[in-house]
Amino acid sequence: MVEEIGTNTEGDLIINVGPQHPATHGVLHLVLTLSGETIKKVEPHLGYIHRSIEKMCESLSYRQFIYVTSRMDYLSSHINNHACALTVEKAMQIEVPQRAQYIRVIMDELTRIASHELWWGAMAMDLGAFTPFFHAFRERETITDIMEKTCGARLTMNYMVPGGVMVDLHPDFQKDVKSFIQLYKSKFEEYNELVTGNIIFQNRMKGIGILSKEDAISYGCSGPVARASGVHCDIRKLYPYEIYSQLEFDEILDTAGDSFARYMVRLKEMQQSIRIVEQLIDNIPEGEFQAKTKAVLKLPKGEFYQRVETARGELGVYIVSEGGTTPYRIKFRSPGFSNLSALEHMVKGLKIGDLVAAMGTLDLVIPDIDR
Amino acid sequence: MFSLEGITNTVHEWLNNHFSPTLALLTEFVLVGVAAIALFALLGLGLVWMERKVAAVMQIRLGPNRVGPKGIFQTTADTLKLIMKEGLTPDGADKFLFNLAPYIVMIVAMLILAPIAFAKNFQIWDINIGVLYLSAVSSLSVIGVLMAGWASNNKYSLLGAMRSGAQIVSYELSAGLSVISIVVMTGSLSINDIILSQQNGWWIFKGHIPAFISFVIFIIAVTAETNRAPFDLAEAESELTAGFHTEYSGMKFALFFLAEYINIFIVCAIGATLFFGGWMPLHIGHWEGFNHVMDYIPSSIWFFGKTIGLIFLIMWFRWTFPRLRIDQLLNLEWKYLLPISMFNLILMTIVAIMGWHF
Amino acid sequence: MFIKDYIKDVYGAVKSLLTGMRMTGYYFTHHKEIITEQYPDNRATLHLAERFRGEVVMSHDENNEHACTGCSACEIACPNGTIKIINKFDITPEGKKKKAIDTFVYHLELCTMCNLCVQACPTDAIKMAQNFEHSVYDRSKLTKKLNKDGSKLREGIE
Repeated sequence: MVEEIGTNTEGDLIINVGPQHPATHGVLHLVLTLSGETIKKVEPHLGYIHRSIEKMCESLSYRQFIYVTSRMDYLSSHINNHACALTVEKAMQIEVPQRAQYIRVIMDELTRIASHELWWGAMAMDLGAFTPFFHAFRERETITDIMEKTCGARLTMNYMVPGGVMVDLHPDFQKDVKSFIQLYKSKFEEYNELVTGNIIFQNRMKGIGILSKEDAISYGCSGPVARASGVHCDIRKLYPYEIYSQLEFDEILDTAGDSFARYMVRLKEMQQSIRIVEQLIDNIPEGEFQAKTKAVLKLPKGEFYQRVETARGELGVYIVSEGGTTPYRIKFRSPGFSNLSALEHMVKGLKIGDLVAAMGTLDLVIPDIDR
Repeated sequence: MFSLEGITNTVHEWLNNHFSPTLALLTEFVLVGVAAIALFALLGLGLVWMERKVAAVMQIRLGPNRVGPKGIFQTTADTLKLIMKEGLTPDGADKFLFNLAPYIVMIVAMLILAPIAFAKNFQIWDINIGVLYLSAVSSLSVIGVLMAGWASNNKYSLLGAMRSGAQIVSYELSAGLSVISIVVMTGSLSINDIILSQQNGWWIFKGHIPAFISFVIFIIAVTAETNRAPFDLAEAESELTAGFHTEYSGMKFALFFLAEYINIFIVCAIGATLFFGGWMPLHIGHWEGFNHVMDYIPSSIWFFGKTIGLIFLIMWFRWTFPRLRIDQLLNLEWKYLLPISMFNLILMTIVAIMGWHF
Repeated sequence: MFIKDYIKDVYGAVKSLLTGMRMTGYYFTHHKEIITEQYPDNRATLHLAERFRGEVVMSHDENNEHACTGCSACEIACPNGTIKIINKFDITPEGKKKKAIDTFVYHLELCTMCNLCVQACPTDAIKMAQNFEHSVYDRSKLTKKLNKDGSKLREGIE
């Protein structure tokens, strides 16, 4: 800790990146050991936004604790809520109506697009290009408008409840989603023109921050980060929940494992999400949007685990129940934490600029790491 | 016809008629100084506003629109705010150098202004080695930047300053070489002669492909020299927070900020002078009528129009491209720009010797 | 061929840069694409979704009657202790004691707009309103009383 100021005994420069730094997207604190511009060591310090969500959940009932999880990975709040609702349903063996399942999956995929959209803009901003950020927000805003119409909120929706969804879809929902898909498809080429094809961007990304398949597995990476290294880890394919097993979509895999591969995996995932939404949007079955449940939910005694694929990777919810109305113990396995741990391995021996680029491709959401 | 030349002549005559020659000369010095500072302030405010508007429209937003019509007084309000802010000097800083650095950067920017011809016969100092003077003086600004970075006693600043040093020193080479390729054509280092040699057409048209290549290299090199994105590594916001001016605040920060825009103006003015004929109107071969119409537009408007066009080009770069990495930046210079500009210089020399240009 | 590759490299690089510049250039020349909403100026035309969750309100009809029986279901459902219901006992004309709400206290500063209270309400007495401009200079102003003065329970709601 003494080393945080000035230089260490070998004459290397010690630099604190964060907790207030434009590159860390929140309150992540990295202690870099630099030799000139070359990175020798990266040490993440966490705890600046710890709200003890897991402890809070222990005093909330099974209906109430879901809303808190929106505040973990706030960019995929729907999917977080979904994971919690699924765990409770699994424990209580609640049959979720078909319509609710369809709505949940559509919402999940829209959230995934919105999240990747923001990541795309923010990552380009890390690399010094400011314009993509605003272009990404144009499309993202359409999704949040759709969310606002149906769920009533733009970011922390709390739309999933045990047994289904809170309210039925807004009458305009299908029309809005279709017009969004159209807008998205017309604008997608711009993403490639502005960023992907750019020679400066490609030089910054290709061959930088390489994470091999073995390392990705041993660091416990998941989501696009691991898939870019060739790890077959899409929960939607491996352990399908809801109606994912009936849907046609590809798990995007890349073998390069560098920053560019992670970038391309996310970009292609957005298109797969569009594909899923297109399959579902015209076929939402009629019926109940919520299963009949008791007013007070009581989980049977035991341990329950459910995992879902968020925009960042695998989110696991682990509930220990003593049979009461509140969980005895709750643990979230969040994707950002393990992805962050691979950062040092990726950027050792590279330049500061590469650190920022590699961190951008990890798509870190600090409240998700720190809960 | 309106011309700046008339105004300067009138002032000069009036002063000489009423005062002794020495006093008249001194008064002229003061007037030029005041005019230069006023121009600086205006340019700084105008260019910052322009940058913000250009950025806004490219980013599908409106930009400043609250203070004054279309927000034109926004930058004035910002300057007022900056003046009123406390100019903080960090504890561990080398106080003398820390406070000196912004002024060095600013004074260098002012010095380069001297040989630039703003309009027909409207030049502060018509020196016969104008181009040499420009490249010599413009390389001094790196001293101010290094001084600021070192004296701040901040690791971010130090890294930014070191980056800036490496960057400016290397990019000066190709900027210089592309300037020389025009000097080869004109055979003179004097700014005035270079402009006059473009009477019947600008060098970018007359010089065939070599002139175009050297223009492209010139624009890239000066973008790097002025620390603008995509070469803004010295202040790379997402990497070094604000680079060499991280610790500066208030008016001292504003001086750095202003100097950046003044430098852009100056390099674009040089580019306009060398490749687009400075204040020389657009003349096409023997179209007498067309040439005559063009002559009616005042020369100062030609000069500022061309300069602002080039400034827009540089702003366009900034709001489109991501930033390079430091080693890629130096690769680009030493592996691409320098060989190309050397090759281009040879080509230009052949064109000049054989007389292939128009 | 070294020279050929070199030239190809340079050509490809310049082309990719020009593609990007063409796109930003397109937006520079097409001002119709601007999507900025000038928020405080467009208050009059600002349209919020009807389900937008801005704050909890209690709806009163023209007779100053509401539907809240004071059952405290919302108070239990709230994860943050946002709602506090204070009950009183009215004497009906027949001389019986009847439970009714005295004050429906709503702490806006604690509310996360999760909608659980509205879901829990058996009589649809409370709902979400679209007002989102909540900033005040005094925190105590955020503690609100939702039932209006002199209001009473609507007939026929148990």
